[in-house]
Amino acid sequence: MAPEAHTDKIFDVELTTLRDKLLEMGGKVEAAIAGSVRALIERDSALAEKVKAQDRDINRLEVEIDDMCRRLLALRQPAASDLRFITTALKIVVDLERMGDLAVNISDRAVQLNQSPPVKPFHDLVTLADLSEAQLKKALDSFVEKDVEKAEEVIQGDDLLDTLYQKLFNDLLTYMMEDSRVIRRATNVMFAAKQLERFGDHAINLAEMVVYMVRGTDVRHPQSRDIPKP
Amino acid sequence: MTLAQDVATRVAPQHRDERPAPPKPTVAPPNPPSRSGAADEEQPKLRISGLNAWYGQNHALRDVSLVVPPRSVMAAIGPSGCGKSTFLRCLNRMHELVPGARAEGTLLLDGEDLLSRQVDPVVLRRRVGMVFQRPNPFPTMSVRENVAAGLRLNGLRGSHDEIVEHALRKAALWDEVKDRLDASAIGLSGGQQQRLCIARALAVQPEVLLMDEPASALDPIATAKVEDLIHELKENYTIVIVTHNMQQAARVSDQTAFFYMGELVEVGPTEKIFTNPDKAQTNDYVTGKFG
Amino acid sequence: MRSLGWRRFVNRFWTVASAAGVVAALVPLASLLWLVVSHGAAGLSLGFFTNLPAPVGETGGGVGNGILGTLLLVALASVIALPVGIGAGVFLAEKGNGRAGDVIRFVTEVLSGVPSIVIGIVAYGLVVAPMKRFSALAGGFALALLMVPTLARSTEEFVRLVPGALREASLALGVPKWKTSLLVILRTAAGGIITAVLLAVARAAGETAPLLFTALNNQYWNFRADQPTASLTVQIFNYAISPYEDWHNKAWTAALVLLLLVGLLNLLARLLSRNRMEGAR
Repeated sequence: MAPEAHTDKIFDVELTTLRDKLLEMGGKVEAAIAGSVRALIERDSALAEKVKAQDRDINRLEVEIDDMCRRLLALRQPAASDLRFITTALKIVVDLERMGDLAVNISDRAVQLNQSPPVKPFHDLVTLADLSEAQLKKALDSFVEKDVEKAEEVIQGDDLLDTLYQKLFNDLLTYMMEDSRVIRRATNVMFAAKQLERFGDHAINLAEMVVYMVRGTDVRHPQSRDIPKP
Repeated sequence: MTLAQDVATRVAPQHRDERPAPPKPTVAPPNPPSRSGAADEEQPKLRISGLNAWYGQNHALRDVSLVVPPRSVMAAIGPSGCGKSTFLRCLNRMHELVPGARAEGTLLLDGEDLLSRQVDPVVLRRRVGMVFQRPNPFPTMSVRENVAAGLRLNGLRGSHDEIVEHALRKAALWDEVKDRLDASAIGLSGGQQQRLCIARALAVQPEVLLMDEPASALDPIATAKVEDLIHELKENYTIVIVTHNMQQAARVSDQTAFFYMGELVEVGPTEKIFTNPDKAQTNDYVTGKFG
Repeated sequence: MRSLGWRRFVNRFWTVASAAGVVAALVPLASLLWLVVSHGAAGLSLGFFTNLPAPVGETGGGVGNGILGTLLLVALASVIALPVGIGAGVFLAEKGNGRAGDVIRFVTEVLSGVPSIVIGIVAYGLVVAPMKRFSALAGGFALALLMVPTLARSTEEFVRLVPGALREASLALGVPKWKTSLLVILRTAAGGIITAVLLAVARAAGETAPLLFTALNNQYWNFRADQPTASLTVQIFNYAISPYEDWHNKAWTAALVLLLLVGLLNLLARLLSRNRMEGAR
């Protein structure tokens, strides 16, 4: 019998709009990372340019969402679950915008690589990309569904991502040591891989904020502090 | 015991030595650890268990249990008719003034059961003072006489000038009225009248101060002054405040109790209630989904 | 829609009609004052206030004992009526919602409707007969019976007017209920109650019938409660029904004195209530 809607309907509308905008931004970031990786692997510079152009939308959304959050804080004095949602939005938006920038960086690497002859395919790169995209998707899903377990899976999944990145890094290093003519190109691939690893880190930030939003406990930086009991 | 003995046993020497009050810092205290009750180690000032209250057939309070630590502020929030005012009035047995009202349960003030027949409600009300929603100074008395009313009406003769000044200082009203102590109390503004009522309550040297929506009839500046006053009073008194205004409860209290339909739904540190309450119902009320 | 002209006319008509009503009401009052003043002023002198009545034909008599007697009677009446009337009023206001309250109110209503001559007879039967003498006490008793109903009703009204918040404030300070009623409620209602007292006293001072066979009359100064006493009203009565013109003149003058006395009391009541209003602002 718990009512879902606020007595003040406009507030409900505002919160829904905020959620929709966040999801729109999340969707654009997903598209950006997928596009930039495809541009890298399929050597499609046009697609890379398109991804870079679309980063403008992501940046615009960041500003809009920040504005909305500030407005809600000033005018609505939100409390409890509403407060957690809005402060989560403020933090998620930062991670999402950075993730957009990472996709742009990958696109830059793609454009660079396409000016040289192709380098040997690295399956691990594709796997790393797939994993990072999956982490983001799962984190966004956990946000929409308010699913703490899914968010925790994202947090746990970072180890695999790091391991994969390390392997790719070592492989690229070996590749460079074997043939010094590929160093420039291999370095670009390494940068791209690094962006993907950082992409995964941002997805974890997102998931940690989802845990806070739903449970009310802040689980960030477990090594630096005592995690409060949920 | 007579009022003289009663007051004499409770007038702590340090109250008198506080004059003149040092200038208060205008900034908020640097760290508010006391907000979560630094007094956890001490005995609770008020311990309520299984409190039930009826107005005739209407079961207004159902099985309420909570603990109020000393020198802290407990806010009671909830929608209209939830029983928070009834609860407040049980604490100084003012509910008995309504014909057909009765209360059962345990209500311990420093371990003494207030609801027992041995306790005289009149004596109790000198230990547990009350401030009401609308300022109600006695219209035929001056400012000075109003503040001293609690003492004079109980037969304590004498000028009480020291106590009057002390109470007015404690109520942050001294500077505004020190030149017009003998003027009629009705000539003060609404906010000043309310602080006068607070001074009047304080003059009897209570241990607990009950406030029933004390700022709801005041403008925002006067409200802010009263809230600031509550922060100061918290150092010496235990305060229970009923308020409709959730933001006020959030600003002013250390603990918050949420009442609904006569039941105590949840009680806890104010910060928790307003960021991450345990009960969904509390969350719904605090976010404005009902009430 | 009526025309503006018609409405103006109706407005003016009723304004004039109400003004005429006021004038009509004032005419008897004005004529009364005029008569009393014109007939009685001549006899006013210091001696009139201080001398005993003189036998017929002699000059220089006064109504000194009458004035004193009225004051004495009113004082006695007040001593009886004030505690009873105010006490009943406070009771009715505080606890008067049950059977007891209904009964008291009913008795008060009945008493206020009893003709004053009947009150006099009652006082005769209750006080004069057992004491076997006419006395100021009996007269005071009769006047008290007249004062109690209005006092009780007015006190009840004024006490009810005191806001409940004041009672709550007092009780919350740990003041016992009875002290709250007495020292806070009553004190707040005091202004109104004093006004009511003055009006009741003014009325009692002007009564004649109840005094006729209770206090009777007295040619001399009297300071004792157990003796018959002169009073302004009875004195006027006696002078007026006498066949002597000289006494008729004295009656007019005494009437003027009585009017002055009553008027003074009313004025005092009016001033007090205005002060109270202004003090409250």
